[in-house]
Amino acid sequence: MRSALRGAGLALVAAYCLVPFLWQVMTSLRPGAELTALPPLLPTRLTLEHYAAIFTGSSLFRIIANSTLVAGGTTLLALAVGAPAAFALSALQVRGRTAILAGMLGISMFPPIATVSPLFLALSALGLHDTLAALIITYTTFSLPLAVWLLTTFFSTVPRELYVAARVDGCTAFGAFARVVLPLAAPGLLAAGLLTFIFAWSEFLFALTFTATEAARTIPVGIALFPGLHEVPYGEIAAATVTVTLPVMALATVFQRRIVEGLTAGAVKG
Amino acid sequence: MTLERELDRPLWYLLPGGLLLAAVTLFPLGHVLWLSLQRRSLLHGPPRFIGLENYLRLAVDERFWNALWNTAYFAMASVALELVLGLAIALTLERARRGRALIYGAMLLPWAVPTAVSARMWEWMYDAEIGVINYLAGTHVNWLGNPAWALNAAIAMDVWKSTPFVVLLLLTGLQSIPRDVYRAAAVDGASGWTVLVRITLPLLAPVMLVALVFRTIDAFRVFDAVYVLTGGGPADSTETLSIYAYKVLFQGLEFGYGSALAVSVFVCVAIAALICARLVRGALS
Repeated sequence: MRSALRGAGLALVAAYCLVPFLWQVMTSLRPGAELTALPPLLPTRLTLEHYAAIFTGSSLFRIIANSTLVAGGTTLLALAVGAPAAFALSALQVRGRTAILAGMLGISMFPPIATVSPLFLALSALGLHDTLAALIITYTTFSLPLAVWLLTTFFSTVPRELYVAARVDGCTAFGAFARVVLPLAAPGLLAAGLLTFIFAWSEFLFALTFTATEAARTIPVGIALFPGLHEVPYGEIAAATVTVTLPVMALATVFQRRIVEGLTAGAVKG
Repeated sequence: MTLERELDRPLWYLLPGGLLLAAVTLFPLGHVLWLSLQRRSLLHGPPRFIGLENYLRLAVDERFWNALWNTAYFAMASVALELVLGLAIALTLERARRGRALIYGAMLLPWAVPTAVSARMWEWMYDAEIGVINYLAGTHVNWLGNPAWALNAAIAMDVWKSTPFVVLLLLTGLQSIPRDVYRAAAVDGASGWTVLVRITLPLLAPVMLVALVFRTIDAFRVFDAVYVLTGGGPADSTETLSIYAYKVLFQGLEFGYGSALAVSVFVCVAIAALICARLVRGALS
């Protein structure tokens, strides 16, 4: 009895999480003529016409490529800058270590709107308006606090004796970092990288203000501004949302454990 | 140890990140304060220093107070719902062995979908004419077009999107409660309700507060969830502080007053964070 109840509870939770997305999948496969009326709840036949429309008529490819470059570039840069900092904070003697970590936690709470106007002016002055570089620089910086926090936590789990032993055997500090600490903390790098990637894939406010054309438009802005001349093209929007959600869904499924670890480690430590 | 001390110069490891943070977060924060003391329009005239005039204007700006109220309402309602719902779901999932990976996968979906994208998904479900919500509920409510409903519709979407994060946190918290405590309670014949109220909830309180802090700070700076869903309308009924500041900045191109509004968002988030931090410290001591 209890386990049946629990099973029903689980099913309910899963449905609550999945149904909005499944409805979107169904909408994307619904013939255009059936989009203007409900019932029938289920489409009478399935069609790929909306997918065909978004991949021929619009700039979706470009936007997906932009997002991939931005999110990928951000992830690599954030790890390249964040990992050494986290190594210093976990293995070296840093004066004011607690203050640095607390300061970064504070920075991670900045509302994006508070810095968007000066950043807009600065990026325009540097000629970076409407470029992918503007987004990559901004995203790298804003994902840095979380990345450093997470990596510091993960690096601290590497036994200090291993680091000291490497140093005694003649490794430089950087050599010990690159050859001993990094490989052992690879799961941490993966977790931090995934969270950074998904943050950069989803960010909206900076992307909306720093880009003006398809040259640098990313997925969230592209979907939000999805063109509609007279009425909202819900079928095509549905096809586009399903398409851009699949990559993150795949990541979330394959690396489920790392993501959950990253999400909870970052929060519970604080 | 001497060898270690000689070669360890943490500065070089910290410098790139420190420079980035200084240039892209701290410097703009100082700059936005300076902008907020100016009359500065991107359309006409050179900037002029006007002291606190923008803040005085803000104090009597009804649209600002409306946005502040909307933001506070959004934050309190969505965070309260997320905590209650998150607790219920976490308690249901805690003992589940089979299907755990499946449930985790399902819960990561709302979290992983970009907020702007999920706003378009919900916009379609909320549609007054052909939306599935009206169809299934047998109602004819104009969810996004009616000022009485629109903000609540945005809250419902935020709850869908953010509850999984709360659940994951609470599950971690639940797993750290020692089993012995439950066994002792069972030996003493405590009922399920007593165990929940006297054992589980008190021991879970620190993690719940952490979830509260994270979600509150996030909810106070809400932008894309509401902006893509309603654009702040109808009749400013869903305009949050971030949306109002964005409109003044990038639609009105008033960088002085808009920056003062942006600073006000910063101050609100800081106050919320301080209150939450005090709660956490109180609960831990």
